[in-house]
Amino acid sequence: MTTLPQHTDRKLGLVIDLDTCVGCHACVISCKGWNTENYGAPLSDQSAYGADPSGTFLNRVHSYEVQPEVGTAHLVHFPKSCLHCDDAPCVTVCPTGASYKRVEDGIVLVNESDCIGCGLCAWACPYGAREMDVAEGVMKKCTLCVDRIYNENLPEEDREPACVRTCPANARHFGDLADPNSAVSQLVAERGGVDLMPEQGTKPVNKYLPPRARDQLQGPEDSGEIDVLAPFLAPVDTGPKGFLGWLDRTLEKL
Amino acid sequence: MHPAPSVILFSSLSGLGFGLLAWLGIGLPAVTGWVAFVFFTLAYLLAVGGLIASMFHLGHPERALKAFTQWRSSWLSREAWASVAALLVMAAYGAGLVFFDARWWPLGVIGAALSLLTVLTTSMIYTQMKTVPRWHSLWTPANFLSLSIAGGALLAGQVTEAMVLLALAGVVQIVTWWQGDQALASSGTDMATATRLGDIGSVRAFEPPHTGSNYLLREFVYVLGRKHAAKLRIIAILLMAFVPLLLLLSPVLHHLAAALAVLSHAAGVLTARWLFFAQAEHVVGLYYGKR
Repeated sequence: MTTLPQHTDRKLGLVIDLDTCVGCHACVISCKGWNTENYGAPLSDQSAYGADPSGTFLNRVHSYEVQPEVGTAHLVHFPKSCLHCDDAPCVTVCPTGASYKRVEDGIVLVNESDCIGCGLCAWACPYGAREMDVAEGVMKKCTLCVDRIYNENLPEEDREPACVRTCPANARHFGDLADPNSAVSQLVAERGGVDLMPEQGTKPVNKYLPPRARDQLQGPEDSGEIDVLAPFLAPVDTGPKGFLGWLDRTLEKL
Repeated sequence: MHPAPSVILFSSLSGLGFGLLAWLGIGLPAVTGWVAFVFFTLAYLLAVGGLIASMFHLGHPERALKAFTQWRSSWLSREAWASVAALLVMAAYGAGLVFFDARWWPLGVIGAALSLLTVLTTSMIYTQMKTVPRWHSLWTPANFLSLSIAGGALLAGQVTEAMVLLALAGVVQIVTWWQGDQALASSGTDMATATRLGDIGSVRAFEPPHTGSNYLLREFVYVLGRKHAAKLRIIAILLMAFVPLLLLLSPVLHHLAAALAVLSHAAGVLTARWLFFAQAEHVVGLYYGKR
């Protein structure tokens, strides 16, 4: 059924820390690696070594330059995948029932054997979380690694999404956002986690932690100093004097 | 949005076809026998031809029947039901006219209503997209329905009605364009809300996720046609409403003029429908610093 559940028992999702993400794209690679060989159709590439390579990805990392009114620009790396919205517009537009939101944990999935590849769900998603696989003709999206998180064949520390497991900066956190006492919920409360495009009314489960204020990023024109050692590094001699000064001036004239 | 030829053909041709069916359903023109057969054949070719064209854009057309299951929530599913119901009811009504010289008018009225309902469901597929502010407006169904009814009147040979309705459809089209041009700006979605980094300062896309293109950019960030949009709008409105109106007003060459008016109108609707997609900005483009 492509009507949304009234209530989900849990809200499994990700919390992404924009302060600590270093933009290494390891989550992109581990996501593609896991999901191309597990749940559903593989994530195909077209012309991977050709002139115009492209492929299906469930997670992509953007980079933004944010210029405050005063001070130097910030560079923010911005991973983006399915936000497993409470009010997921991609689910209700599906004509076949292939798209659904699970009652037990709120994960939004595609049943690929029912998908006719009409692409309407990707149109309905404001975040670009769904991509049509060119080779398979079905819609692909983040499954929150549903085949890892409940997988008893994996060691317990691996039972989390591949992107979270691999992140070297610990910028990605996985947990139940319906439980106010969960580590992820506390992190969101502490750091003021936000929804992307709240005006779209999708009520995303995934939250983004905004970058903390940066107190060391003032340029020399703002603070007058580059470093605490700067006064000691200032040139002592403003110009050569005596014979060297004469030599310098003469050589300049030649 | 990527202007897929199959979807443009589908929505334009089936709009005309269902418009004609609606007029036939209410007995304008009151034809029977062979003349009715010709009218119904034309209407079915347009409506069914459009539906078949739309199948070409599916990744798995062989599973298309599954699209009938989710009518409770999905406008695409409702469109599937409405179109099949309209075609079946109008087939029975048409059979009465062609083979039995009988006009079963309740069937015709129901068929006409279902035909217009089909056009409405088609337009609602686009109207519901909050992600495409240009489409997310009541002007979208007004645009689709007015074109379908006016084009239907033209095909049905209802000259007086067609002239009034073509003028009306032209006005609705211009208003639709005018409000659509401000839709993205007034939607409240911009790079600041997309990234939520607006509190820090002005946001600029520094580096996209990949050096190459991808499905999202191909499908949603189509910017090729925008350069000529103003010219294409003038061409569309001239062909869609102005030229057919002039031809219908001409006193001589009535049948040839009518045929030319139909062709001109269809070409205008196709141009406008191409712009409907090519000019539509999907908010996902904001993540790429594009619109």
